[in-house]
Amino acid sequence: MSNAIEKVSIIISKGSFEGIYPGLIMANGARMEGIEANVFFTFFGMDAINKKHYEHLKVATVGNPGLHLPTMVGGLPGMSALVTRQMEKKMEELDIPPVPEFITLLADSGAKLYACKASVEMFDLTRESFIDELEGIITVGEFYGLAAGGQIIFT
Amino acid sequence: MSTAVIANYPIEVDAEGFLQKPEQWTEEIAVAIAREVGIDPLTTPHWQVIRFMRDRYLQTGQAPSIRTLGKESGVSTKELYQLFPKGPAKLAARIGGIPKPHGCI
Repeated sequence: MSNAIEKVSIIISKGSFEGIYPGLIMANGARMEGIEANVFFTFFGMDAINKKHYEHLKVATVGNPGLHLPTMVGGLPGMSALVTRQMEKKMEELDIPPVPEFITLLADSGAKLYACKASVEMFDLTRESFIDELEGIITVGEFYGLAAGGQIIFT
Repeated sequence: MSTAVIANYPIEVDAEGFLQKPEQWTEEIAVAIAREVGIDPLTTPHWQVIRFMRDRYLQTGQAPSIRTLGKESGVSTKELYQLFPKGPAKLAARIGGIPKPHGCI
């Protein structure tokens, strides 16, 4: 298979539970196939690697028609926490780890994790805001350099 | 499904070389498959992962996830990828003579 994928660079740009997981699953799936993986966290996607936030990610229960929940119900206090808890339970049954454990699994599997420099500056963050496993804070240009020769996936 | 000759035994395998009948597996076959995928020799930690993978499949009918491998096989995730760079779960399943794992995790 000469046209097999050998490298993927995945961009995670959203900070909701459902915005973050697909990128993590894609990156882990790549490593499991022996494919090189970079993950670039930008904008609210950086919550997945932010020590203060990554244990407290929530499903968006408003403005999320896929959930099939009336907007007014989705906006009730505690609704997002409730739906998130249900989803976490289901994921645990399927052996999908919580985000902090997933990030460690990814780093240990050899995936390289990066934060977007522009976003870091915009949100007044520093290296210390992020998990130890972070490979670096890089510019868009540097990201393209790392991604060269592989596939880029935006989520 | 087709028949391949591995270590001089006729073995039922799928298109990607995964054994379809785990009972046909022997250690000689493991060594031959490992060599074919570029792992030579099989060291003690390789065997530990392969046996864990195989035993868990024979007990539960399902191959363990990479998460379970890292937590319960006694070999850390980092080491798993050093031992099986082209994918620990997939390669340990193939060398251990069980069908290809189907999970996404």
